[in-house]
Amino acid sequence: MDKFTQLDGLVAPMDRANIDTDMIIPKQFLKSIKRSGFGPNLFDELRYLDEGKPDQDSSQRPKNPDFVLNQPRYEGASILLARQNFGCGSSREHAPWALLDYGFRCVIAPSFADIFYNNCFKNGILPIVLDESIVDGLFKEAASEEGYRLIIDLEAKEIRTSKGRSIAFDVDDFRRHCLLNGLDDIGLTLEDSDAIYAFEAKHKAASPWLFREA
Amino acid sequence: MAGKTLYDKLWDNHLVQQRDDGTSLIYIDRQLLHEVTSPQAFEGLRLAGRKPWRLDTNLATPDHNVPTTLKERNEGNDGIKDPVSKIQVVTLDDNCDDFGITEFKINDIRQGIVHVVGPEQGATLPGMTLVCGDSHTATHGAFGALAHGIGTSEVEHVMATQCLIQRKMRNMLVKVNGKLAAGVTGKDIVLAVIGKIGTAGGNGCAIEFGGEAIQSLSMEGRMTICNMAIEAGARVGLVAVDQTTIDYVKGRPFAPSEAQWEQAVAAWQDLHSDVDAEFDVVVELDAADIEPQVTWGNSPEMVLPVSGIVPNPAEQAEEDQQKAYARALEYMGLQAGQSITDIKLDSVFIGSCTNSRIEDLREAAAVAKGKKVAANVKQALVVPGSGLVKQQAEKEGLDKIFVEAGFEWREPGCSMCLAMNADKLGAGEHCASTSNRNFEGRQGFGGRTHLVSPGMAAAAAVAGHFVDVRDVLQAS
Repeated sequence: MDKFTQLDGLVAPMDRANIDTDMIIPKQFLKSIKRSGFGPNLFDELRYLDEGKPDQDSSQRPKNPDFVLNQPRYEGASILLARQNFGCGSSREHAPWALLDYGFRCVIAPSFADIFYNNCFKNGILPIVLDESIVDGLFKEAASEEGYRLIIDLEAKEIRTSKGRSIAFDVDDFRRHCLLNGLDDIGLTLEDSDAIYAFEAKHKAASPWLFREA
Repeated sequence: MAGKTLYDKLWDNHLVQQRDDGTSLIYIDRQLLHEVTSPQAFEGLRLAGRKPWRLDTNLATPDHNVPTTLKERNEGNDGIKDPVSKIQVVTLDDNCDDFGITEFKINDIRQGIVHVVGPEQGATLPGMTLVCGDSHTATHGAFGALAHGIGTSEVEHVMATQCLIQRKMRNMLVKVNGKLAAGVTGKDIVLAVIGKIGTAGGNGCAIEFGGEAIQSLSMEGRMTICNMAIEAGARVGLVAVDQTTIDYVKGRPFAPSEAQWEQAVAAWQDLHSDVDAEFDVVVELDAADIEPQVTWGNSPEMVLPVSGIVPNPAEQAEEDQQKAYARALEYMGLQAGQSITDIKLDSVFIGSCTNSRIEDLREAAAVAKGKKVAANVKQALVVPGSGLVKQQAEKEGLDKIFVEAGFEWREPGCSMCLAMNADKLGAGEHCASTSNRNFEGRQGFGGRTHLVSPGMAAAAAVAGHFVDVRDVLQAS
């Protein structure tokens, strides 16, 4: 996983609540057995006018000119500004994989669905929860100012605007530590193997039926 | 000190390590695997040179991509015509063979939707922790098990370490008091709950469903309710263990052996919230107020009783809601003020991890018996949740009732719930579906999904539009 320390990025505003994981990456693209290559199909049904198929050259497809990411001013955006309950629906990790493959490293919203929120951290994407009124303010600024950028400073846990305003955000210490250092949490858990073995022995004694003989 | 909730007890019983940073290491007793969210996890293990911590906790079956037509199914994996889908199923087979994981392959009678197979096999047990790379893993909480969906990175984490790094959720109680009217089911309860608290209402919470109406339900009904906890934003749904739970589990292949049965049952007696347990959030509903439910929009919270009228976006209080409602009406091709019963249907789907168990099929068959699917309904599918559900239904003659009424009787799988196989809804078509999500494009590009119970779906198939299943049941 790539480290996330500081990001200076263009902001794309997605002004719609309850964006679900089927919208982020429709099911026909979940058939891949890889983790990469989902970017061209991010928000497929909103982004293109035709029905997307796996293994298709999406650059030739008719684009929906009204969709935010199809507007030239948002080309190259790496920060997605979103509304409440972003990422609701399925547990598909293909959703953060698609965001990452497209180039997003940070999503800002008033709230996220739990599984999606957790999946982001596993892939080097920082989801930031801010008060609805603050997010609303950012939407207004992003709409009025072409080329609107934000600096996301994970070390300092703050967002800085180009005008020098700073907005503090909160993030779990463990997840922040993993993102800042690009750590693989399986490796970290395995460092506690002794504790797992000890628990397992106790658990087996109390609930032997959970340990089938192979 | 206040007593513990069921969730607190399950958490405490699986706590390996509490860390200073507020996270905890939680031990996982069972992992269910399917073809869509596991290939990258197996690849991750291989790349890191890691082995599964315990093989016997894993159980796999392909479900999302499998064809449901008999001819294709008889060809095994070769019957999967979409080459990309086929690779995914073959990859699951190869991974399970390589690592030595038990798998019910495509033509095993025990194959089916993971969330039907686990309970049916007794692989889902009271008091255990259970995960799967699928958000509808909440289903298994009906057994008083701590069960939730996880992403692929966590699938790999559980295989490699038998643990998950977690933060404790908040406790929420949804209490459904009183008795349900005849013809009103677990599906209607959970849709009514989502309508009340919204799709984000349970975010960050484990929801325990309690009250007389829940206690009176069969295991199938409880599974339907827990299955859709995620549609209320909660990763975990729970129901306390009682005699109904224990009777269901007894004698199943993966259930405790005879020698351990009494010991297990004794331990399971504690799997309920203490009377003095405190919940962070409590929501109460009266079962008598719940009518059969129908969703009209593109979020499960956009739901109404069958007697309802499609809402007017302009009359909504919040601007966000006005926009969302207007967009939903446009996508769904509905008019504000239209009666739910005036919605005509092109398709009916009875199946999915929400409603494809034997009781669901009995409920639909009771409505369809001796009747015919309406002419305007182009396709009416019945897709059993597993090979064993199919076998049982055929033993009871349910397949004949469906086929005589004009339904197609299919092979088990996820099918048109999310249309990853060949079963798809056409653009603009309205479908009465017993599945769990009515998101845009969920059942097929441009498809229009209405979520209902199995009885309501069968009644709609016969009438060609939505009707109150209670009227149909009374008339017959």
